[in-house]
Amino acid sequence: MITQLTVFLENSKGRLSDACRVIADGNINMKALFLSDTTDFGVARIFCDTPEKAAGLLNEAGHRAALTSVIAVSVPNEPGGLSKLLQYCDSCDMNIEYGYCFIVDGDRAIDVLKIDSDDAEEKLIEGGFTIVKPEEVYAI
Amino acid sequence: MYFQPEIETMDREKLRDLQLTRMQESAKNAFDNIEFYRKSFGEAGVTPDDLKSFDDLTKFPFVTKQDMRDAYPFAMFARPMVDVARIHASSGTTGQATVVGHTANDLKHWGECFARGIYMVNGGPQSTLQVSYGYGLFTGGLGAHAGGEAVGCAVIPTSSGNTKRQVQMMRDCKTDILACTPSYALLIADTAIEMGYKPWEEFPISGGIFGAEPASDNMREEIASKLGIQYCDVYGLSEIMGPGVAMECAERHGLHIAEDHFYCEIIDPETLKPVPDGEWGELVITTLTRECCPLIRYRTRDVTRIISEPCACGRTHRKIDKLRGRTDDMLIIRGVNVFPSQIEQVITTFPEVATHYLITLTNKGPLDHVLLQVETEPGFPIDEIRKLEDLKARLGAELKSNLQVSVEIQLVEPKTLERSMGKAKRVIDLREGTHA
Repeated sequence: MITQLTVFLENSKGRLSDACRVIADGNINMKALFLSDTTDFGVARIFCDTPEKAAGLLNEAGHRAALTSVIAVSVPNEPGGLSKLLQYCDSCDMNIEYGYCFIVDGDRAIDVLKIDSDDAEEKLIEGGFTIVKPEEVYAI
Repeated sequence: MYFQPEIETMDREKLRDLQLTRMQESAKNAFDNIEFYRKSFGEAGVTPDDLKSFDDLTKFPFVTKQDMRDAYPFAMFARPMVDVARIHASSGTTGQATVVGHTANDLKHWGECFARGIYMVNGGPQSTLQVSYGYGLFTGGLGAHAGGEAVGCAVIPTSSGNTKRQVQMMRDCKTDILACTPSYALLIADTAIEMGYKPWEEFPISGGIFGAEPASDNMREEIASKLGIQYCDVYGLSEIMGPGVAMECAERHGLHIAEDHFYCEIIDPETLKPVPDGEWGELVITTLTRECCPLIRYRTRDVTRIISEPCACGRTHRKIDKLRGRTDDMLIIRGVNVFPSQIEQVITTFPEVATHYLITLTNKGPLDHVLLQVETEPGFPIDEIRKLEDLKARLGAELKSNLQVSVEIQLVEPKTLERSMGKAKRVIDLREGTHA
């Protein structure tokens, strides 16, 4: 499991900018950021180094930040990389709450999944998937 | 057990007759001796002779707190100073202080009213009553004290403050009944526990009479269980008398009004028309026996309802329900009366939601619009949009069913809502038009 920094953003001007500024002022580097939005709020899911420190700074500054455990799977950067992973999840009856993907280098992609199941990681390892360790992600 | 069984269990017909006779006398006392009433009755085109039935009372004008402020200091006194035994005054924090005079008879009746509550918590001449209300211009201390003396209790006038000594007196002097504000009762209980006592089993105390400020049901239960007592809620206001206007019996379902001294109406604060028994509205009190400061139709601003069903305790005097708020903070939204306290009540049933909130009212369309901004508690899984939306939907549905008004819920970041040590501003009314 790796730690995702999650930031709740109300839907008003400048909130994302403000949150990013707090992270920047903390001299924290973001590796990836994904935004989900609804009509009146948004959620930013962030990979960064020192997520605990980032969450602390954000909460102090009056944002709502939390640390969330998610599973990051390293898959080959080729057609079907994600599809195979999802088919496997489906076959194991794992329900995916949300997910997103990013490419690390030419060969590998990282698929991040939030799954409501305690043994999801074990099952993925059983299925032969490569789980990314925290230090690997923060060191990307 | 009753303090005054012949009065407290009086046949309702007889009680009604007594009320009407006394109301006529009270209106006459006010009219004959106070210029304000001659003027206000005159403007309404009535005299005390027009008061032939309870229905006639609705023709009479109201008295407000402002009227009493304007009368500062003695213009609302119906008696010369030679007959005045004591003067109390409300704090002037919200404006000019209001001064209320009491004759010896007024004080006697006050003590008797409070004494009925002492019997409601099974007190009597054998009881020790500790009065931890402040003594002074505030009516709490001396009002409770007078009740204790009327019963013949051993009264310990600790007044408020020096909480450790309060606990020591309570334990060593074997206090049976404590009278104070609910917040102070809780502080006394917590202090006793901090001092290493288990007051609910180690102290003889068995009853508590608490009032003068609002207390939630949870707080009442906490006080009752920590002290191991029967909780008696007392209602009163300094303009009318002080604590003892209404007191809660062991049935714990409303406060018996001292109807031989006070006539209560509930009005719709918008139309100012009386509402039927059982409906919520503003409490309006007419004093029936007050000699020095009679009040005819005093608007208390307190919101409650009349409970007219007979009470299992045997007392025939009708009850008022636990106060729901004050009309001062009442919001009228699409014609529905809503109190911020009701919204707060609903919010507290959602542990996922923090208790900071802000209500914003607008009317840019044809209808009033209510926006409620709340924050999630730090532990809430904010990464899952489904859970956030589900929370919004559930909170919205609960508010709709409780308030009968649709509320738009907006989840916000903590820094959006003002933090305050004192009273935070919870309501912003941006509506244009006639709303106050």
